[in-house]
Amino acid sequence: MSQTPLLLSVDNLATHFFSQEGILEAVDGVSFDIYAGEALGIAGESGCGKSVTAQSILRIVPKNGKIVTGAINLFQNGESVDLVQLDDRGQQIRQIRGGEIAMVFQEPMAAFSMVYTIGNQITEVIRLHQECSQNEARERAVEMLRRVGMPQPEQTIDAYPFALSGGMRQRAMIAMALSCHPALLIADEPTTAVDVTIQAQVLELMKDLQRDMGMALIVITHDLAVISELCDRVMIMYLGKDVESAPADVIFRDPKHPYTVGLLRSVPELGEGHTQELDPISGSVPSPYRRPTGCPFHPRCPEFIPDVCDVDLPPQIELAGGHRVRCHLYVQD
Amino acid sequence: MAQADAAANNPNTGTDASSPNPSHRQAGVGVSQANSADNVLEVTDLRKYFPILRGFFRRQVGEVKAVDEVSFHVARGETLALVGESGCGKTTTGRCVMRAIEPSGGSVLFRKRDGEEFDITTLAKQDLRSVQQHMGMIFQDPFSSLNPRLTVLEIVGEPFITRKLITNRRELEERVAQLLRSVRLDPTYMRRYPHAFSGGQRQRIAIARALALDPDFVVADEPVSALDVSVQAQILSLLKELQSELHLTYLFITHNLSVVEYLSDRVSVMYVGQIVELGRTESIFSRPRHPYTEALLSAVPVVETGKAGRRRERIILEGDVADPSNVPAGCTFHPRCPYVQDICREEEPQLIDLAGANGSQPHFVRCHFADDLDLQGVRNTLQ
Repeated sequence: MSQTPLLLSVDNLATHFFSQEGILEAVDGVSFDIYAGEALGIAGESGCGKSVTAQSILRIVPKNGKIVTGAINLFQNGESVDLVQLDDRGQQIRQIRGGEIAMVFQEPMAAFSMVYTIGNQITEVIRLHQECSQNEARERAVEMLRRVGMPQPEQTIDAYPFALSGGMRQRAMIAMALSCHPALLIADEPTTAVDVTIQAQVLELMKDLQRDMGMALIVITHDLAVISELCDRVMIMYLGKDVESAPADVIFRDPKHPYTVGLLRSVPELGEGHTQELDPISGSVPSPYRRPTGCPFHPRCPEFIPDVCDVDLPPQIELAGGHRVRCHLYVQD
Repeated sequence: MAQADAAANNPNTGTDASSPNPSHRQAGVGVSQANSADNVLEVTDLRKYFPILRGFFRRQVGEVKAVDEVSFHVARGETLALVGESGCGKTTTGRCVMRAIEPSGGSVLFRKRDGEEFDITTLAKQDLRSVQQHMGMIFQDPFSSLNPRLTVLEIVGEPFITRKLITNRRELEERVAQLLRSVRLDPTYMRRYPHAFSGGQRQRIAIARALALDPDFVVADEPVSALDVSVQAQILSLLKELQSELHLTYLFITHNLSVVEYLSDRVSVMYVGQIVELGRTESIFSRPRHPYTEALLSAVPVVETGKAGRRRERIILEGDVADPSNVPAGCTFHPRCPYVQDICREEEPQLIDLAGANGSQPHFVRCHFADDLDLQGVRNTLQ
């Protein structure tokens, strides 16, 4: 891992939303690194700050949200840019968005405009980021659609988004995201809105594309199985904190944080039969306005230690093999 | 409650009250085969065609065969899962069975606990309402299935009021409190509105409403798909507990095969409005007989926990579900089937019983090559 260059380094990122009800700490001190060509999975339940982390990287946080602290360094050609310092409507970030870093959204119907053909929208992206004529851009778009396995790309390029099926729309969106050969692709719940057979197609496609194009990937999902299929490293988030991060094979074999253990145990596993015992986490994610004191997970935690967990925020502990965890059960050795 | 007379009528449910779940499952199946008198539901050749209308005069130019000649039965106390991709007609089947929408043809026979039978499809409106009292329904999205302007008391108590079963306010509150306790919710919250509850709690309220009139039979349409992972598990265990406590029969509609394996006794796999495979969960999951079932099972992503032999060969299906308004000739699955032969393109396969191959349990498959193909399940060994 040491020879592959660092691509993106997120350091102590905090994004808060300011509303009438108070300050919502959507992301609160998250740090992670992504190396070129690597796939990172960010997992957690809804409302734990996964999507806001992605939005912060692209600087597309909704209006009432603000990056309060932290740095997001993007390394390219030996130089580094701190994305947090850029003007979020400036020229530089607009070059990076869609160019260096591209994003695939959960709901392809919402990501495409209804009134333009998909070809129109893909060539627009290409022409924004690369010097080329309309015809060249169109050829590249056809090529990209063929690459993502769209049947008859010469014809489908002139189709409107509503005329495509869910799986095809998802492919078109991936084609649009990849049209400028980004160094990093962020996929926010890429397969949640599609059926299992389509999900299998999309996962296989993303795996192939990632390998062939050598791009890094951030997959945001609540489905740990999707992460297990795609990712090299996993970060588990809970209420804006990165509670655990480790290489994928380590975290699924030997999860450390009680929340990760709970997440893994609460999904029925295929092939285990109906006698398997589910061990759900009690309660649900608390309102982010009423964040618990100390460790955010302590009200639901089966390993709760009174007077420790509800008082002190656990520090990040480095374990062997690149395994980091925020929990009082573990001590730095 | 009505469980007492149910137990008296049905020796199986009587014994399983004390015995653990697995033996109860076995017993339920034995009865379903030996004696059709204990089927809660018998669906025969159910059809639902939606017209496609065009132009100013709303001329009918075609039809969508959402459900096409579907037959199955649900035995008392068991869970039958309907699985398939979106657009395969599972929800429409669930709604036709309750006659929430009018089926185009076929019959649905519903049998009450006391043995009284009704043909749901031919009942008059008045009678239908009194029969629907014995059926409950749980919907997918607890955010849209609860009226935001009503309190929990009004939502859960509504069935009693509209049917004029309880007129006394105190009595109603007591009954609602009891229902809320049965779904593990604090009854003191009954005066709150749905927005004050989390997704999981709302789904519990929806379940309490479905169980209000003490139904025999519950249709659960994707009850956990809209919920967070950790909450899904809570709702699944709740549904399982309620089933053994209240002797419920479930028709469970889902696309999530892990959930099916966890919860259901039998599975019916649907593709473009038809049942392509129907049988015991264990036998279908360990050795599917239809290529579509095999592909569905292999498409489910699995967490690699490092256990030996978990990685399976993945079958990626090409293309999408066929258009139900323009069904392919022959076997509807043939354009996507990896084992396709010439006969599949021309001749439509019939639903046949492969009982002999899997012991005595009926196992229906709609495939020309069901006997010849050696398809891969999720487990290597039977049982």
